[in-house]
Amino acid sequence: MRTAKGDGRIAFAYLVPALLVLVGLMGYPIYQLVLISLFDYGQEQVSGGAPLTFLGLGNYATLLSQSRFWAVLGQTVGFAAVCVVGTLLVGAALAVLATRVRTWARMALFLAALGAWATPTVAGSTIWLFLFDANFGFVNEVLGTTGLSWTYDKWLAFGLVAAQVIWCSFPFVMVTLYAGIKAIPGEVLEAAALDGASTTRTATSVILPLLRPLLIVVTIQSIIWDFKVFTQIYIMTNGGGIAGRNLVLNVYAYQQAFAASEYGLGASIGVVTTVLLLLVTLGYLRALRRSGEAL
Amino acid sequence: MRFAVAAVVGAVVLAGCAPVQSGSAPTGGDEQAGQLRVWLFDEVNRGPKEAVVKEAITEFEQAHQGVTVDVQYIQVQTRAERFKAAFSDPKSAPDVAEFGNTDLAGYVAGGGFADLDLGDWPEAKDLLPAVLDTGKVDGKVYGVPWYVGVRALYYRTDVFQELNLQPPATLDEIAPLARRIRAAKPDLLGISAGGKYTYGAMPFVWANGGDIARKDGDKYVAAIDSAESKAGLRQYTELIADDICPPAQCAGNGGDASVEAFRAGKAAMVVGGDFNRKSVDASTAAGKYAVVPLPGKKAGEIAPAFAGGNLLGVMKGSERRTLANQFVRLLGGKEYQRKMFDAMGNLPTFGDVQAEVAKANPVLEPFIETLEAGTRFVPVTPNWAKIDAQAVLPTLLQQVAAGGEDLDKAAEDAADQMNAAFGS
Repeated sequence: MRTAKGDGRIAFAYLVPALLVLVGLMGYPIYQLVLISLFDYGQEQVSGGAPLTFLGLGNYATLLSQSRFWAVLGQTVGFAAVCVVGTLLVGAALAVLATRVRTWARMALFLAALGAWATPTVAGSTIWLFLFDANFGFVNEVLGTTGLSWTYDKWLAFGLVAAQVIWCSFPFVMVTLYAGIKAIPGEVLEAAALDGASTTRTATSVILPLLRPLLIVVTIQSIIWDFKVFTQIYIMTNGGGIAGRNLVLNVYAYQQAFAASEYGLGASIGVVTTVLLLLVTLGYLRALRRSGEAL
Repeated sequence: MRFAVAAVVGAVVLAGCAPVQSGSAPTGGDEQAGQLRVWLFDEVNRGPKEAVVKEAITEFEQAHQGVTVDVQYIQVQTRAERFKAAFSDPKSAPDVAEFGNTDLAGYVAGGGFADLDLGDWPEAKDLLPAVLDTGKVDGKVYGVPWYVGVRALYYRTDVFQELNLQPPATLDEIAPLARRIRAAKPDLLGISAGGKYTYGAMPFVWANGGDIARKDGDKYVAAIDSAESKAGLRQYTELIADDICPPAQCAGNGGDASVEAFRAGKAAMVVGGDFNRKSVDASTAAGKYAVVPLPGKKAGEIAPAFAGGNLLGVMKGSERRTLANQFVRLLGGKEYQRKMFDAMGNLPTFGDVQAEVAKANPVLEPFIETLEAGTRFVPVTPNWAKIDAQAVLPTLLQQVAAGGEDLDKAAEDAADQMNAAFGS
């Protein structure tokens, strides 16, 4: 008879390979990131032209005292929130739609969604820019608004980029939720129908609770992705918009720190982002657990 | 088990208590054969440049047995990453590289380039001193000026003739003139003035007696918020307005995009470089434009231009120091500068060669005049690269021109940010 302790050991042994990969690929870079964020580490230091200076939390103090950083952080949170909500709504609506339509329509929907999903971000952003070009864009042609710059006004530019982000991230939500809905046993729905539940009642009391684990996964994924948006902002607003008014955290980190060879400061922005995302994710999980079932 | 893990983690943390440093750049070697690696900048229209470079390579390979030259064309936009990677890993670095003179101080501080001894090179004495200065840090030469670029005012002769206008005689005249043109021809930009066009805007600052920064002891102090600088900034940002160059179209433009509007026939004036001449000649504006030096504050004055240009340098870690130096002297020498002028229109950096091509090409006159009237440069400090990467000046211009921010406040913010960079 094996003891519980023996079981644990065997389980651990099985996990070791995965653990090694994780430590190598995630642990070490994070360790380096934190370490670099504690030093004055620029190009001169990297190539050995200047000695290293230990700053302790100096980079963090510099960062947190910049009013620009807080403005960009707020902007990033708002932008990510809009993208997450938009992605979930569009993805869920289309997933439901996909379960209700005929095969050929579903096929068409899936092909279109997979096309959007498969488009590389750089190409997707550039194509959107072409479509929304002020003078030669298709959209302005159709709307009859030739000359309107979609990337000039702060909110219009954010809206356009958010639409692009939603466009390339809703397919993941849609496919996942579609699979989830399809996996709900027919008997359950049939029983609900026999009990006289309306469509709305079935949706809120049967389907949604059963989809809960999937919804959690796609929400967390979306938060993490949308908080870290870089390419779309960088390309579509030409590096952060007029006077940097469309900057989000990742682009800000790149511009202020990496392009300017302030790796120490850049690393501290990276650490702050990681910590924030961990907090958001943990908070979200806790809120869910408190509101009902365990995961 | 837990203890073992903790011990390992602890050991790792203790062992690596500092981020990686690659150690001082190796001083390289002096091999006389093998492959010489060269990095040059890619261009919008690279064909003619490539042809001249190929010719130089053939000549070089014939003169040096067992030597091959490999040229890589790198993108200007991603140069920072490429050069940083090269400095950190000498194995992936070239022997010879072309680079912009504003990047010089940063690259030298990063330990990237070797200082050049031009003493035994007879052609060196003809290099224009003001231009050679843009290749120097602390009195040592790190790059041979390959060409120099200055900007002047392009204007559409057909439009000016039709409206019976004269090119502006002072900086103050530009805005009213541009406004008049746009009022008469609403589909034209009065002057194509970009919100990210730093080197188009700086002459306005310099002409008004302002500057980006001034030297105080061995350090720089931002001067962009001085009264004179602000007068120039006000004059320039006034141009980015709906009745001259609407912010929605112009605020996001850098130099290339600004000139592009002129090329497309959508602007009546633009501040453009001698290096833009060939491309304008191949556009809808061809044959319908003329160039005058950008006027200064008073009539008869010329606004100081930014002395842009590219250098050829030898990397510190090069394994083929002598060969690399010889190649720089060949490609950067008089003969090939002349050829580069014919191919690309790049203005030579040797006084005699410059005078010779100017004589044969009267169109160059406004640029040569601008050069001779005296040029200015960005602060020669490694921190300039940082200020450039953080887009401090473009942000300042855009905030005022399009963000509705107060000039005093925006200039003060920019000065603070610059001083923070100078101080680090």
